[in-house]
Amino acid sequence: MASATAVEVAASIRAGTATARQVLEEHLGRIAVRDGELHAFNEVTGDAARVAADTVDARAGRGEDPGPLAGVPVALKDNLCTRGVPTTCSSKILAGWKPPYDATVVQRLAAAGAVVIGKTNLDEFAMGSSTENSAFGPTRNPHDPSRVPGGSSGGSAAAVAAGFAPLALGSDTGGSIRQPAALCGVVGVKPTYGLVSRYGLIAFASSLDQIGPFAASVEDAAVLLEVIAGHDPLDSTSLDRSGPDLASQLGRGVAGLKVGLVTELTGEGIEPEVAERTHQAAAALEAAGAVVREVSVPSLTYGLSAYYLIAPAEASSNLARYDGVRYGLRTTGAEDITQMYGATRAAGFGPEVKRRIMLGTYALSAGYYDAYYGKAQKVRTLIVRDFAAAYAEVDVLLSPTTPTVAFPLGAKTADPLSMYLNDVCTIPSNLAGHPAISVPFGTGAGGLPVGVQLMAPALGEATMFRAAAVVEAAARHLAPVEVR
Amino acid sequence: MALPEGWEMVCGLEVHCELNTATKLFCSCPNDFGSEPNTNVCPVCLGLPGSLPVLNAQAVELAIRIGTALSCEVKPSIFARKNYFYPDMPKDYQVSQYDKPINVDGFLDLPDGSQVGIERAHMEEDTGKSSHVGGNGRISSSTHSLVDYNRAGVPLVEIVSRPDIFSAEQARAYAAELRGILVATGASDGKMEEGSMRVDANVSVRHPGDPLGTRCEIKNLNSLRSLVRGIEYEAARQVELLESGKKVRQETRHWDEGAGRTRTGRVKEEADDYRYFPEPDLVPLAPDAAWVEAVRAALPRLPAARRAALSRAAGLEPATELVVTAVERGIDAYVLDAVDALDAAAFAALPEHERVVVALADDFVRDAAVVGAEARTALNRAVNDLPPEASVDVAPFAALVGLEVSGALTATQAKKVLEVLVERGGEGDPAAIAAELGLEAMETDTLVTAVDEVIAAHPGDWASYVGGNDKVAGMFVGKVMKATKGKADGKVVTALLQQRRAAESG
Repeated sequence: MASATAVEVAASIRAGTATARQVLEEHLGRIAVRDGELHAFNEVTGDAARVAADTVDARAGRGEDPGPLAGVPVALKDNLCTRGVPTTCSSKILAGWKPPYDATVVQRLAAAGAVVIGKTNLDEFAMGSSTENSAFGPTRNPHDPSRVPGGSSGGSAAAVAAGFAPLALGSDTGGSIRQPAALCGVVGVKPTYGLVSRYGLIAFASSLDQIGPFAASVEDAAVLLEVIAGHDPLDSTSLDRSGPDLASQLGRGVAGLKVGLVTELTGEGIEPEVAERTHQAAAALEAAGAVVREVSVPSLTYGLSAYYLIAPAEASSNLARYDGVRYGLRTTGAEDITQMYGATRAAGFGPEVKRRIMLGTYALSAGYYDAYYGKAQKVRTLIVRDFAAAYAEVDVLLSPTTPTVAFPLGAKTADPLSMYLNDVCTIPSNLAGHPAISVPFGTGAGGLPVGVQLMAPALGEATMFRAAAVVEAAARHLAPVEVR
Repeated sequence: MALPEGWEMVCGLEVHCELNTATKLFCSCPNDFGSEPNTNVCPVCLGLPGSLPVLNAQAVELAIRIGTALSCEVKPSIFARKNYFYPDMPKDYQVSQYDKPINVDGFLDLPDGSQVGIERAHMEEDTGKSSHVGGNGRISSSTHSLVDYNRAGVPLVEIVSRPDIFSAEQARAYAAELRGILVATGASDGKMEEGSMRVDANVSVRHPGDPLGTRCEIKNLNSLRSLVRGIEYEAARQVELLESGKKVRQETRHWDEGAGRTRTGRVKEEADDYRYFPEPDLVPLAPDAAWVEAVRAALPRLPAARRAALSRAAGLEPATELVVTAVERGIDAYVLDAVDALDAAAFAALPEHERVVVALADDFVRDAAVVGAEARTALNRAVNDLPPEASVDVAPFAALVGLEVSGALTATQAKKVLEVLVERGGEGDPAAIAAELGLEAMETDTLVTAVDEVIAAHPGDWASYVGGNDKVAGMFVGKVMKATKGKADGKVVTALLQQRRAAESG
């Protein structure tokens, strides 16, 4: 499955030793061979990709700089708007809808010379942790097709892991980039809230959603993040600053860096092999000169509960517009508008989306608002405060990305709560708006990939990536796991 | 129309006004009235998946103008989502302000001296516009509906008064005053007929001193006249219900202008649950204090100040109907311009040596009584005889007022000349027009002869008038007018009659 990194691909195309068209055809070839089994893509946009690749080659041929991602195929999670290309959120309710505009990140990719190769599968409206909640069927894990790739950006994670594209974009609301990255053995980044424009990302929970990269290496992820980050006047929550300088900082090492191993996320509920790998990652950082200590962030244990009130509350409002009036699915035969709304939404949404809309509607209802939504926001404030206290002591925090390695398809679909627990380590960063990265770190039970997570305070990406590069380098020398 | 003895009406008004911005509240679509349906739309105001709002700074400034003009406190605010399903609302939520509005705790002084408290004046986006096709035009009998999203996302400010209004006339005065402020500040064009200013009235009745009664919200009040009629009807309806032992049900009622009554709309069994929560796609709005002060300092003169200026010039009380109407109609500046023009003409008419003296004295101030008479005459003509949509240049208008004040033309004649001026597009020389029409005030000698002839022809009535019966005065004036073919000035005739009577009974 291993192939050239995005940085290598772009360099060879810019140097004229490869063409974007050749690179694209190689990747399309891999997709043709294996995506029937994995179903990473909802749609492969081969024809448009060929046009884009040829444009890159033409520019390179004229001696122009085709950009930092020249000719690099990129897979897009199918909740990112692409002009004229169906954008489904893996939901029946958006049947037939083609956005009239490109998301800001899509425009930035094109400007950087990247070639969009297709739209990847996800849990419907990004609600799930296994990509089994897709209206178009699940995606399978390239490391073991009987297992899930994680979710909700399972298609993007699987596409990078399977070599279908060197890079992919996902969205992360409670772990939807990092968790599938961990389960598929690739790098996944959730940037600081506001670093990447959300314009054109179909909202799940607006105050938590953030677009981020998938890549096979930390360096590739850094380059992709540099391309998509930076202020966008079309997103009011976009931070008023230019994108960070990340890739050039990667080699600086971690000497003297203070790393906190999060007590609350390394104990109960974490699979022993995963916990062991996390401790090994801590040891690797220490060996590279970092100062590692245990840090307690007590309120993190309430993160999951707060998240499952805030995210559904916002979703219940964000998803109201799918009502059959203007676009997408509309059922026929209704007597009046109220019936049409009900029948369309009943037919168009899957069970997990309905569950969260109901949960969120309830949490915002008069008389319950203070007890649920209001209290969840207080927990959020508490988490921000506890993180701030931790970051007064250390520069970055370390934890597992997920409690377990990839689980079999169907193992958790009957029990939403056990599915929700997948995100226990990743949710706090979303609630705080902080950046976090999942780096593959060896394998766990069954020889399946394990990811460790590095977290940093807001806009601490540069430091976080430096630590990630050290962890990535150490991962190359790991022996099979032995549980202590 | 007064309520029966022992009852009091209490009313609060909610006024929605569309802001006069170039573009919509959250996107760059034009904020235009009357475009082809669904032409001023984009992914943002259509609420397409993935689109995000960006707040329009001009809308914020206009909201602050409204707030400062209403003496509100301008506060840091946040936007919230008001969630409910309706086809003309693209996102199925409305972005509005809820528990933290931009403007709070203001007041509005009315011409009659009363004050109405302003609870809040918050920002929100407008919805699209549905039209129901087939049946009688109401949604229940229609076969299908059409939606125009041009209005979706147009910036609104909703101004909520306190229940400080106790008569329909006061409600009218409040709405008119508010409209004057919206127009004067440039925040909105305040056109009720085009829906750029929409007034809903919360009406309840009680025995004075009792707590507030159950209220009904009256909608579809599309003019000041409807506002007065709707409120009067509704208050009377509620009193009748209560006096016959029934209860008022809290509900929304629609004013039917044709039928002259309110009809029940939506019954509010319980409070609507809009599940408000902070809009996560927008950041809190915290206008810089210096900005707010700059906006406040740049406010134009507001209607109350303009009434004061006009009334001072005309030697009238600010609450005089002529003054109030002139300011409401926005023609007060025009009237004062005309007086200034007369002033300038008077200055120009001075002999050369006097002009030099006056110019050295820095300020040319004529006799206040003369200026007042001119201002009153100009007010009368402008308010009563200048059609609202007509435009007459200030110079000919001033000249006309000059002719009237000097007695060269009677009031009736001046009115006729004005009509012709209007017909001719507002330009022309009033003296020339008067000559053209054969209009000139009568020489006093000619008039005295005419009066004497009429007296001589009606000896009995004259005796009665001399004996103190004023009722026949009108008859004499009428006869003189007829004899002079309307050229006489009625006031002068009356004065002559009184002079003659005084001489005879002397």
